[in-house]
Amino acid sequence: MTNFKSYLAPATLDEAVDQLNQGNVTVLAGGSDLMLRVGAGNYDPSHTLMNILKINELRNISFEDNEVQIGTLTTITEIREDPELSIKMPLLGQAADQFASMQIRNVGTIGGNICNASPAGDMLVPLLLLDAAVELARQSDGGVASRRVALKDFFVGPGKTQCQSNELLTRVSIPFSKQGFRARFYKFGTRPALDISTVSIGIGGIFNNGYLQAPRVAFGAVAPVPFMALKTMKAIEQSPLDSERIKEIAEIARDEIKPIDDVRATAWYRKQLVHNLTIKVLSDVTDA
Amino acid sequence: MSLTHEIKFTLNGSPVSLTIPLTMSVLTMLRDLLNLTGTKYGCGEGECGACTILIDGVSVNACLKFAVDCDGRTLTTVEGLVADSRNDPLRTAFAEKGGVQCGFCTPGMVMQARHILDNYPRANESQIKRGIEGNLCRCTGYKKIIETIASVGELDNKG
Repeated sequence: MTNFKSYLAPATLDEAVDQLNQGNVTVLAGGSDLMLRVGAGNYDPSHTLMNILKINELRNISFEDNEVQIGTLTTITEIREDPELSIKMPLLGQAADQFASMQIRNVGTIGGNICNASPAGDMLVPLLLLDAAVELARQSDGGVASRRVALKDFFVGPGKTQCQSNELLTRVSIPFSKQGFRARFYKFGTRPALDISTVSIGIGGIFNNGYLQAPRVAFGAVAPVPFMALKTMKAIEQSPLDSERIKEIAEIARDEIKPIDDVRATAWYRKQLVHNLTIKVLSDVTDA
Repeated sequence: MSLTHEIKFTLNGSPVSLTIPLTMSVLTMLRDLLNLTGTKYGCGEGECGACTILIDGVSVNACLKFAVDCDGRTLTTVEGLVADSRNDPLRTAFAEKGGVQCGFCTPGMVMQARHILDNYPRANESQIKRGIEGNLCRCTGYKKIIETIASVGELDNKG
């Protein structure tokens, strides 16, 4: 049996970034994805396995003046069931509700879902839609320094992010939406539970006089990374939305995505899904 | 080089001290090192729920959890659940209401039922259905299992 080189479970962020600074670290949080990678032999035995679950400062949801900050170790269950979050950011709870199964929600962390950077990661489309940013901590002069990266710039490829090997994602920050902002999220799969989404789509904005102002559109599982659909957003912004215009926008959305054929669907099918779901979700947002 | 790690935890009410490989799952530790074979190996990737146990009172797939993370935690498996008389109504209901056929999913189903009832003592049918989404049963069609769990919820609330 191959194995990791060593193990440690730091109790503080200081210790964790110190270890990351020394290099060759694989971070363990909920472990539900890492265990599958280990089972497939897809890990580096020269690495130290660093369990961050004992770092309590990374496990909380706090409401600041302009944003909510969710600690990286917050579980999907905690997001699903937080009463204040469900009022202030209902979209997150709805997305968490459609995440895998209860057992996996109980261990899966928000930071893990982001750092795995799956094109189909369930929390990523709603977080993009809500203009989330992540905090990346690293060691600096014996202390902890951090930088903030907008989530829309964070993903660089399947499983690849801007997070450097000496950095730890410590929290995700989400600004409170402007008055009147509303959004819908739709995850399409063959069954509700435990399904990896075939496509996921989120649309939001402020609906006013037939226009969807400051529109936001995010797609998952239709490109190497979950992304903001800028062309579709621009098209939405340009003119008032009636059923004819919504159909035109759905065609723009279909042409904007770059899906692949895989076990869950063909590229053609994904394009059709995005077309049809854009009509559905955009109609929902403008007709609430 | 330390390819193994010593962990101490509470298992079904008793202290355990054990040295395990860093990549070992909780499921393998339970079945192969501790001979607690009530927890089943089904799919090994979190899809079937046959390995559901409680860690610090919360249901998890034992196949996806690193054993090394059990250090300092409290684990309850189906063997421990059965030893606690608080769970007698749950155990009896599974037997009497036809919630068991071949039995392979049962330990995981019972553990998940415990978690659902601990969190939603008055769980209705839709909450129970949502709660067991991560537990596959290929025999019952789920109806009897849902009825079983619902009956225990009603019983608990009467008592």
